[in-house]
Amino acid sequence: MSYTFWILLTGCLVGLTCGITGALLVLRKMAMIADAISHTVLLGIVGAFFVTQSLSGIPMLIGAGIVGILTAVFVEMLHSSGVQSDAAIGIVFTSLFALGVVLISFIGDQVHLDVQHALMGEIAFVPWNTLTINGVSYGPTAVWMLGAVLAVNLILITLFYKEIKMSTFDPQFATLIGVPVMIIHYLLMTMVSLSTVASFDSVGAILVVAMLIVPGATAYLLTDRFFVLLILSGVIGILSAALGYGFAIQWNVSIAGSMAVATGVFFIAAFLFGPKQGVVIKKIRGTTGKKTVQSST
Amino acid sequence: MEQFSALLSSANLQWVLIGSLLLGFASGVIGSFVLLKKQSLISDAMAHAALPGVCIVYILFQTKTVPYLLTGAAVTSLIATQSIQTIVKWSRIKTDAAIGITLSVFFGLGIVLLTYIQQNATGNQAGLDSFIFGQAASLVKGDVQLIAAGALCLIILTALFFKEFKISIFDPQFAKGLGLPVTFFNAVLLFLVVAVVVIGIQMVGVVLIAALLITPPISARYWTDQLGWMTMLAGIFGAISGVSGAVLSTAIQNLPTGPIIVLSASVIFLFSLLFGTKKGLLLKGGRNA
Amino acid sequence: MNALTVSNMSVSYDKQLALENVSFSVPEGSMTGIIGPNGAGKSTLIKSILQLLPTVSGTVEVFKKPLRSQRKIIGYVPQRSEVDWDFPTNALDVVLMGRYNHIGMFKRASKKEVTWAKHCLQRVGMQDYASRQISQLSGGQQQRVFLARAMAQDAKIYFMDEPFAGVDASTEKAIIQLMKEWKNEGKTVLVVHHDLQTVNDYFDHVLLLNKTPIAYGETNRVFTLANLEEAYGGKIAFLQQGPKAAKGST
Ligand SMILES: Nc1ncnc2c1ncn2[C@@H]1O[C@H](COP(=O)(O)OP(=O)(O)OP(=O)(O)O)[C@@H](O)[C@H]1O
Ligand SMILES: [Mg+2]
Repeated sequence: MSYTFWILLTGCLVGLTCGITGALLVLRKMAMIADAISHTVLLGIVGAFFVTQSLSGIPMLIGAGIVGILTAVFVEMLHSSGVQSDAAIGIVFTSLFALGVVLISFIGDQVHLDVQHALMGEIAFVPWNTLTINGVSYGPTAVWMLGAVLAVNLILITLFYKEIKMSTFDPQFATLIGVPVMIIHYLLMTMVSLSTVASFDSVGAILVVAMLIVPGATAYLLTDRFFVLLILSGVIGILSAALGYGFAIQWNVSIAGSMAVATGVFFIAAFLFGPKQGVVIKKIRGTTGKKTVQSST
Repeated sequence: MEQFSALLSSANLQWVLIGSLLLGFASGVIGSFVLLKKQSLISDAMAHAALPGVCIVYILFQTKTVPYLLTGAAVTSLIATQSIQTIVKWSRIKTDAAIGITLSVFFGLGIVLLTYIQQNATGNQAGLDSFIFGQAASLVKGDVQLIAAGALCLIILTALFFKEFKISIFDPQFAKGLGLPVTFFNAVLLFLVVAVVVIGIQMVGVVLIAALLITPPISARYWTDQLGWMTMLAGIFGAISGVSGAVLSTAIQNLPTGPIIVLSASVIFLFSLLFGTKKGLLLKGGRNA
Repeated sequence: MNALTVSNMSVSYDKQLALENVSFSVPEGSMTGIIGPNGAGKSTLIKSILQLLPTVSGTVEVFKKPLRSQRKIIGYVPQRSEVDWDFPTNALDVVLMGRYNHIGMFKRASKKEVTWAKHCLQRVGMQDYASRQISQLSGGQQQRVFLARAMAQDAKIYFMDEPFAGVDASTEKAIIQLMKEWKNEGKTVLVVHHDLQTVNDYFDHVLLLNKTPIAYGETNRVFTLANLEEAYGGKIAFLQQGPKAAKGST
């Protein structure tokens, strides 16, 4: 398999995995939790390194999963003790991320993990870091990790589709009727953490945030159906990865960075030219700005 | 220890100390208003969006003169704020997602431009990276003086408009009724936030500067219910974080300045969370018992 | 048998007591109006009965069992649904959510469930809007969809917080008709209600509330001017002609 193929495949898997999972976060108005988790996961990875003295897949996934959930728990705790939710997010993730960065600066010399890497990833190295069992190479580790996480996420979403949808739409009603809302919440946080850590090593924190939030938001502008939204979000994630890769090769710039920019390009296109929600169509129709009253709290 | 005191007495470090102290104070004070306006994370997006601005100025003008770079940073920061508002106003996207979109796409663009500069620039482009996490040690005297002077101006401006900010944030309708130009004060506050982000990024970096706006005011909130005291305390907490970060990162090799400043602020926060006299956890526990 | 028994319930927001020592029992198959001035704690009462708010003290029993085990037989229409109206879902979908406990985990809604949901929409006069995205409905229509969702639950005991706020007269009639049918089927209904003029027509029981119950019982005994004045603190002068029947019955 060619070098380009593996990189593209990795990018597309990131787009698909994060796109689908992130769409749920956008709907739950938890986009910034995605931002937070994708930063704090670094601490989990560093922690896993301190425990195992190596950077192998499984401990990293576990470490990141733990820190990801801790992030959600801390935010929840601060919020319920009276701190505004966005400030709570801000405090938790900057603290944990800063801790991760400081710890990295102590071990930075021993491993290929550094701060630059944490932000931008090293997708260019993905094809060389292969999963080898008994001397036989089975392709890049990153692809296996992403594939596994994607499968887990898809299974969970399929199994708990109704519960996820109901607790996202109307948590109060869902609680009342007996949907295990808290369990679904933390299940989702786990899915986000897993997606993040599987993507993190190859594409870094920025692209993870972009892929978690932007495709979901773009799809939100294009459809009124929950199921279609999830699918569309995944597709936009894939397209962004492909477009971004092409651009990065053309101009010889950061692959992760241009994939992030590509998600932005799709978003702007939907924002301006979306068939139902686009600004242009709204202008033509003469409706200015929001029509529906927002129940913002 | 001797080495340490020798470090402290070096002229450059003295300036770094003054700079980080004033910067920390200014961001704590301004952050208090940001917190009251519930815009903590918007300031994070503004900070991230500063990166492409720095790069664009470098690419267009081939200059590393700090004031020019910072002007670029301010421009893209403002564009980011505007984008967030436009997205929320013109679509069904909610504020949190709008912030996330803006933050990640602008920062992605910043990284793209940074790599473009690294590939194509002829001159010495090292140093632009330090805008990401900040590096106090690499600051020259001129940079630090700029930070110190800028922060001082911001503190004075905030002090001048304190009353007006208070009223127009707490109850904009009422303030309008009083005849206060609320829109104008909002603009002033926005300017202050952009300014503090921009002058701070060399020291703290775009990724974490928002912490300096968010954490000290929240910590202060655990000690007082009064806005006046809260702003003051937030300023002091910010200043302590700034100074300890600058000192530690200069004294110990390899420690990045921004993260250390942020961690100092986090420690103060933890302390306040536990022992604060207003809403501290221990106090609550004590009362319940 | 009593459908609902609330004993010694107190609820507070932060340190402010919103409800104090509320106790009452609602007989099965009754229709109770919960009446009281703004801020009396009516919504708070319903939310804490349903354990959506933590209570300081007190117990709630539904058909002699703790509420937790009875979720399947409880229906609720909140005063204001705080949902994202832009959520990618349509009216029929929302109503189907009411069938959750009948559909069960891991399964999709069957044809029968969908038919039932459509029927519920029809009962509130919304059959033509089944596939409308919910933000494209008017406020009253949105309210009706949430009523249909509660109806779809096929619960045994219903809590409704001001279901008539913002709906037109004919819809109000249709809804009250629906509730009366429920009552005839033996279901128990509790409704927060503001229009004192219609209390006598709609409800067979009344709970007068102002932080603590002023009176609870059959309408003709409880809905008296004296009680109302106590609940509303003398502010009902302008309502004099309202509860005429109530006056007569004292
Ligand atoms: N989330 C809250 N936090 C603090 N206090 C609250 C909260 N919700 C309600 N209250 C207070 O509790 C009291 C009861 O409120 P509640 O909403 O139950 O009144 P209500 O009887 O339903 O009024 P209305 O007729 O206006 O719907 C009021 O004094 C209100 O100010
Ligand atoms: Mg109410």
